[in-house]
This record gives sequence, C-alpha cells and structure tokens, in this order.
Amino acid sequence: MAQATIDAGPITAADGVPLKRKLAQAERRKRLVSFGLVAPLLCFIAITFILPIADMLFRSVENPIVSEILPKTATALQSWDGTVLPGEDIYATLVLEMKDAAEARTIGKVATRLNYEVPGTRSLVTGTARKLKKLEEGPYKEALIDIDKDWGNLEIWAALKAIAPPYTLSYYLAALDMQYDQHGEIAPQPPDRQIYVPLFLRTLWVSLFITGACILLAYPISFLMANLPTRISNLLMIMVLLPFWTSLLVRTTSWIVLLQKEGVINDILVWIGLIGEDGRLQMIYNMTGTIVAMVHILLPFMVLPLFSVMKTISPSYMRAAKSLGATPARAFWKVYFPQSVPGIGAGSILVFILAVGYYITPALVGGRTGQLISNFIAFHMQSSLNWGLAAALGGILLASVLVLYWLYNRLIGIDNMKLG
Amino acid sequence: MAALPPYVGPMGRSWHYGFRVLCAMIFLFLIAPILVIVPLSFNAEPYFTFTKAMLSLDPDAFSLRWYQDINNNPQWSLAIKNSFIVGTSSTLLATTLGTLAALGLSRPEMPYRTAIMSILISPMIVPLIITAAGMYFFYSNIGLAQTYPGLILAHTALGTPFVVITVTATLVGFDRSLTRAAANLGSAPTRTFFKITVPLILPGVISGALFAFITSFDEVVVVLFLAGFEQRTVPRQMWAGIREQISPTILAVATLLITFSVVLMTILELLRRRNERMRGIRAT
Repeated sequence: MAQATIDAGPITAADGVPLKRKLAQAERRKRLVSFGLVAPLLCFIAITFILPIADMLFRSVENPIVSEILPKTATALQSWDGTVLPGEDIYATLVLEMKDAAEARTIGKVATRLNYEVPGTRSLVTGTARKLKKLEEGPYKEALIDIDKDWGNLEIWAALKAIAPPYTLSYYLAALDMQYDQHGEIAPQPPDRQIYVPLFLRTLWVSLFITGACILLAYPISFLMANLPTRISNLLMIMVLLPFWTSLLVRTTSWIVLLQKEGVINDILVWIGLIGEDGRLQMIYNMTGTIVAMVHILLPFMVLPLFSVMKTISPSYMRAAKSLGATPARAFWKVYFPQSVPGIGAGSILVFILAVGYYITPALVGGRTGQLISNFIAFHMQSSLNWGLAAALGGILLASVLVLYWLYNRLIGIDNMKLG
Repeated sequence: MAALPPYVGPMGRSWHYGFRVLCAMIFLFLIAPILVIVPLSFNAEPYFTFTKAMLSLDPDAFSLRWYQDINNNPQWSLAIKNSFIVGTSSTLLATTLGTLAALGLSRPEMPYRTAIMSILISPMIVPLIITAAGMYFFYSNIGLAQTYPGLILAHTALGTPFVVITVTATLVGFDRSLTRAAANLGSAPTRTFFKITVPLILPGVISGALFAFITSFDEVVVVLFLAGFEQRTVPRQMWAGIREQISPTILAVATLLITFSVVLMTILELLRRRNERMRGIRAT
C-alpha cells in the first residue's frame, strides 16, 4: 500500500494541484474569513479606543510650548551647564523672544508651563513681558534682574532649561514627585510638594484593603451557596446579582443615605442609645465612606468567580478527609481551601483592577481625604488643566493595570471570564 | 435547610448556626442599601431619612411628589430620552460588531486568537478615567465631543467586550457538525447562518446586548468628559443631583432604576434557562 503511494508521486486533487497545496489554500481562505469577521471590531476598537489613549499618552511626553514660542532661547539653554547664571547672550535672546511672544499674546502659555514646574512663577513671566516693552537696549542681564530679581535665581533658569526640549520626561518625574534640579539631574521634589507617590501608595493600600475585605466577605457566602441545594442557592444568588445589576450611582446614593450624619445608621445608633445625639459619627465624605461603598460595589465581582469555582469542588473530598480522622477545621484548611484558591485569585485580580482605577465613588463619597489617583487625574484634566501631568499620572496607572491584566490572562485566561 | 445529624456536638452546632448568622449579615450588607432607598423615595418630606410619621406608617407621610417631580422636570425627561437614545444605538452597534467578532474568534483556524481577544476585551479593563481622558482630547480634535455620535461611539467601544465574552461563551459548546450537516444538505452559507447558527447563539447575543445596554445606561465617567448639557444622561443627571442640589428626586429615580435592573435580571435568567434547555444541559 505505502509503496504504491510513493510510486504514484504526490496525491493530487481533481484539477491536478497537489493535495497538500490545495489544503494550504483552503486553510488560508478559512483564516482570512475568520480574520475578516474580527476585523471590523478590531478596527473600531483601534480607532475609537486605542488611538485616543495613545494620543493622550503622547501628551505626557510632548512639550511644545517653550520650544515653539521661545525657540532660540530653548536651543541656547541646551549648552548652558547650570552652575552659574547664563551669560548676557542668553538673556538677550530671551528678551527679544519674550517681546515677540508678548506681541503675539502667546507668552501666557509659557507662564503657565513654567508655573507647573515652579509654582508661583506665572506673574514673573507675564509681569516681565509687560515691562519689557520699555526695554530698548542692553545690557539685558542687569535689566531683567532689575525688573524681577527672580531672573537672577538659578532655580528659575534650571526650570526653564528643563521645559525647553520638545519632548520631556518632566511630567513623569512630576508624577513621581521628582524634578530636574539646576544641573539637569533628576532630584526629589521638596518634601512639602511630594503628593503623588503617597497618593499612589494610598491608592494601592486602599485597593489591597478593599480586595482583602471582599475576600473575607465573599468567602463565607460563596461557601454557603455552593453547599446548599440549587433551589435555595439560586434565591440567595439574587441578593448578589441585584446589587451587581443596580446602577453604580444608585448604590453610591444609598450609602450616602445610610452613612451620613443625619442618616439611617446614625439614627439607629442614637435610637438604641449607643451614641448621643451630638456624638453622631462622621462615616461619609472621608476614607471610611469610600472604602465601605467600594467594598459593597465590588463584592459581587468576588462572589461570582469564587462561587463558580466552589461549585466544582466535590463535597466528597471533605467527607473523605473527615473519615480519615481530620478535624473539620483541618479538613477545610488542608483539603477545601487549596481547591478554592483559583477562585480567590480570579476574583482578587478583578476586584483589584477595578478598585485601582475607581473614580465615581471616591469623588462622590470620599470628601477631601478619601480621594484616589483617578480623582487627581480628573482634577488635572478639568480644573488645573495640567494635561501633561494628567496624562503622565494616567500612563502610570494604565501601565500598572495592564501588568495586572497580563497576569490575569496568564493565570486565569480571559476566555474563562464569567459574567452574571 | 436540613437538620443537623444527631452526632454533631454543641461546638459543631454553635459553629453551624454562627456561620449562618454571619452569612445572613453579609447578605444584609449586600441588599439593605438597595432596599432602603425604595421606601425613602415615597417620603413626603424633603429628607433623606425616615421621619417618625413614616415609621408609624402614617399614610400622610408617604407621597408620590418626587415621582411627579421627575415627570415635571424637563431636565430629567431629557436625560431619560438621551439615555435611551445613546443606550439603544450603542447596543445595536456593539452587538453587531461584537457578534461578528465572536463568530470569527471561535473558529478554530483564527490566527493570533489570544492577542486579539485581549485587545478586544481591553475597554473593560482600562480604568474609565483614562478612557474618558483620552477620548476627551481625541474626540474634541475631530469635532465629536459634545455630540450624540461621539457619545454613542464611546459607549459602543465600552460595550463590545461584554458582547464578545458572552457570545464566545455560547459558541464554546457550539456543535459544528450542525452547520456542516446544513451545508451537506445543500444550504447556502448565509441560509445556514440565519437558520442554524443564529437561533442557537441568540441567547448569548441577547444577554451580551443587555450587558452592553446596561454598561451604556450606567456609564457616567465618559459622559462627564464627552457630553455637553444637551447630551446629559440619567447617571449624569444623578451625578449632578448628588453633587449640586441633593433632593429626594434622585431617590425616586434610583427606585425606578432598581425596578429596571430587576426586569433586566429576570430577562437574563430566563435566557440562561432557555439556553441550558436548548443544549440539553441539566440545571445543576
């Protein structure tokens, strides 16, 4: 049989093309069809979702203001070493370009940009620009320092040099509480201006705490539901799914109703006499409010994966352990718990990813002390308009979430993500 | 609940009941915040707390005034209209694109499956504030900010992961010999698709669509950045209500939204049962 096939040469299809090539063609066509089905959504996501985010991340490194409005100064500053004040020539270039910018009314942008680096320098730039009109001839160095003695300050020049290049890491440095010092070296910000690293750490701790609280609360009820008859566990499941399906804002509102000073919980505590009328607890508009509301909102995301894992653990393992002499606690810890760990892992990563980027709930019930990193991104987007810094903070947050997403993918697989 | 067997000692007995009390408290934590809103929305007084008259079930303490308030306030009617316009349009788009993609992804010959899947799911994973910030710049540049199409496109992007996930899950158990049999019997691919594939994956498609709808219907961060006053949706209006002028009207809206989510939940549960029945999976 085998002999005969070899003698006859390659097997061919009806039209004489070798079967191997015919198969490859058919498979390629199938691959193209599959890809063609996915392509519309892929393009859609790329344009409406990935491109905007890439565009935003680009803003965290681009730095066009100084290099466009004061181009010659920007170039000249690159060769300045930062140890002593720049020479007369750089002062002269700056004065000329500032005059032009004041005429073109673009000097305000430079002032704003410098103000991000060294707070309080906005008026230095705009004020100087106004007085420069009268300045006709040099020496410009003394004249500028005369107008404002800050122009004799090395720190200002170092900051100007740091923001001169068209691309910069200064937003990322600012997001990590660092800056360029007068020698162009990376140095920590003064202690009173270090706010973002503590904020990232706070977001991290709060998210870890929320994840931990969700595990502690989800484990008992998932265990109970997994070990009850389906009819009863389905009923109990409604109590998990109803919050899951209820609008986020509704749930946040209800925590305001429950936790505020004149709210239901304080009323009950006063009524049973635990606290006095004037000892009402401040449980909302601070970190407590943020944590309680977020645990409630994220709890279903822990219960659902945990329950679906526990559902697959056969009760006979525990029975076997007990019949071999293990105490119930030991049987649970050595036999049941290890099998439920994948559920804890899936739920934890999901809850943590959601908690790290949470915006709505902290913004509504967090008050001043319960704000997380997302709230500061929104603040820089909408109020301070320091978009570069907002983008840099967002970039760091995005990077950490993507690492977790990759981890989730490796450990659990997105295919196994269950909904409802 | 089954009675405990007689050999269980007092320790085991107290543990058993103690555990159930603990679970009951956790369930209370989950459900009480939602239930407490409902009676408060009928409060006759403009307070966020139960009045003495309400506790003694005095009928005068209850009223529908906050529901009338929704009805009479043009801002709320606009918000409800907007929510449905944006929600329905983005659901239709997301369901079409997502179902097609899921069909492609489930074919065994699909190249780079995992990589593409992780890109398609990413709108669900990336923190909303980052999505919103990115869209704010990008959509402003191309003139889509503060327009309905911009908002609809943004919500479509956010909704597609849910459609992809649910439809792919339905297709996992899909028996390919059914489509082959149809082809073998002379049916054209489109006919096979509509007569064989669609009815089988329909439950997944519908539940994906419901997820996409609720995502759009509940979304506020992107709306905060992208929508103008004219495009305010219900969650955006609630956000304003909580932040600016807090009034029990938002409790009435909240109650309506809870009712709405109960309806959606029921539909999903019925779909799930139908799906299991059609595939002969016994309820476990």
